[in-house]
Amino acid sequence: MADQPTSLERFVQGILPENPVFRQLLGLCPTLAVTNNMKSAITMTGAVLFVLFCANVITSLIRNLLKPHLRIVIFTLTIATFVTIADRFLAAYLYQMSKTLGPYIPLIIVNCIIICRCEVCASKQGVITAGADAIGQSIGFGIALSAIAAVREILGTGMFFEIRVLPAAWPDWVVMVLPPGAFLTFGLLIGLVNWYEGFRAQKAGKIEG
Amino acid sequence: MLNYLVDIFLIAVSAALINNFVLHYFVGICPFVGVSRRIEMAFGMGCAVTFVISIAAFISWAITTFILVPGAPLSQWIAGFFVPAETAAKVDLTILSYIVYILAISSSVQFVEMYVRKFYPPLYKSFGVYLPLITTNCAILFACLTIMANIVGVDDPADAWDLGRSLVLAIFGGVGFTIAIVIMAGIREELDLCDVPKPFQGAAITLIVAGILALGFMGFTGVDSGLRKALTPTVEKQAAVENLPVGKMVKTASGYRLIG
Repeated sequence: MADQPTSLERFVQGILPENPVFRQLLGLCPTLAVTNNMKSAITMTGAVLFVLFCANVITSLIRNLLKPHLRIVIFTLTIATFVTIADRFLAAYLYQMSKTLGPYIPLIIVNCIIICRCEVCASKQGVITAGADAIGQSIGFGIALSAIAAVREILGTGMFFEIRVLPAAWPDWVVMVLPPGAFLTFGLLIGLVNWYEGFRAQKAGKIEG
Repeated sequence: MLNYLVDIFLIAVSAALINNFVLHYFVGICPFVGVSRRIEMAFGMGCAVTFVISIAAFISWAITTFILVPGAPLSQWIAGFFVPAETAAKVDLTILSYIVYILAISSSVQFVEMYVRKFYPPLYKSFGVYLPLITTNCAILFACLTIMANIVGVDDPADAWDLGRSLVLAIFGGVGFTIAIVIMAGIREELDLCDVPKPFQGAAITLIVAGILALGFMGFTGVDSGLRKALTPTVEKQAAVENLPVGKMVKTASGYRLIG
């Protein structure tokens, strides 16, 4: 498979060039819902990493048995199985966190990132590439979530990982930890990423020209 | 009876406006950003979601009540053939819920699509594009999970949601989604004429507008508890609805006051 990207390329692409959240706009629902503090963002990333890795590896192992018209159903069932495992694990060992995340853990099943990776990468390439792709994409997802969560938690409560970083006199922007803050922060960050990309492209164009 | 009607009414208002699926729970963001370019398209998508969400809610309510919860009649009956009756009464299949729901949703979407295509071709023409997309819409699964949480998660089996409450939640959740996406499409049609800075064109400005919209919808916060107070005038009734212990009434200078 000379035309398919290698493991390393898949891994690197997931982190920034094809970042699932900022570049592909996938998986917006958890991105907005669990980013009001860093802890839940990190837990969510862990859950997505586990589910995506397992689903990618399994899909890659059975890729030659898949029938084209049934593949989406198979992907969804594989994902649902691993989401159940992740959900029970969180409920057993991190009960408080599982309460906070609530329905957003089961909603990983319909997270487009995972179905998209199964479809684009795992159903075409080998196990190692699929695993590397899963890890790369999860790191990219984690970076995006942490970026939003950091802005929201610091501005909203003056704390970072529940440690105070801004002086106590800081007037908490409560709206940042409420739903509107998620939309505003995410919109502004997408704008920032786009601006940076445009800026870089312009600079590269100038050097070449 | 009155309490039941009040409950239904509050679930409806809460699902449609106060805890709007899109602007409060962030479910169904993908179509909200993707299909909100024209008002007609947005309205079609909203109707399709409302339609599917009601069917999915009906199916998931039935599955949860009759098969999944501990001591559900159907699973108890089947297990009764293999194990003694007291073991069969404890059969708890809630761990399978996610897999069962996602199967139920995707197959019901499939069936609805086939049925509509066969019997209502004009409707199929207007829904057609959106129906398959809806399978992976989080709003549907979210409604199913909320219904499950209100059947499995309650302490007293008498508080478990019946079919009426589940359907009202689903239908008005869909209505709330339609309201949000149609407002958004209206704003975006105007935005096409505006001079938006280049990096913000597309998704970025949509999300910022959605943030401002969510700020507006925050104005509804607390309407439900206010309505509940207005609709259930006596303290005992209100306490019964909210499952609060009835506080003591004490006489003060300005009349009776509730303590506790």
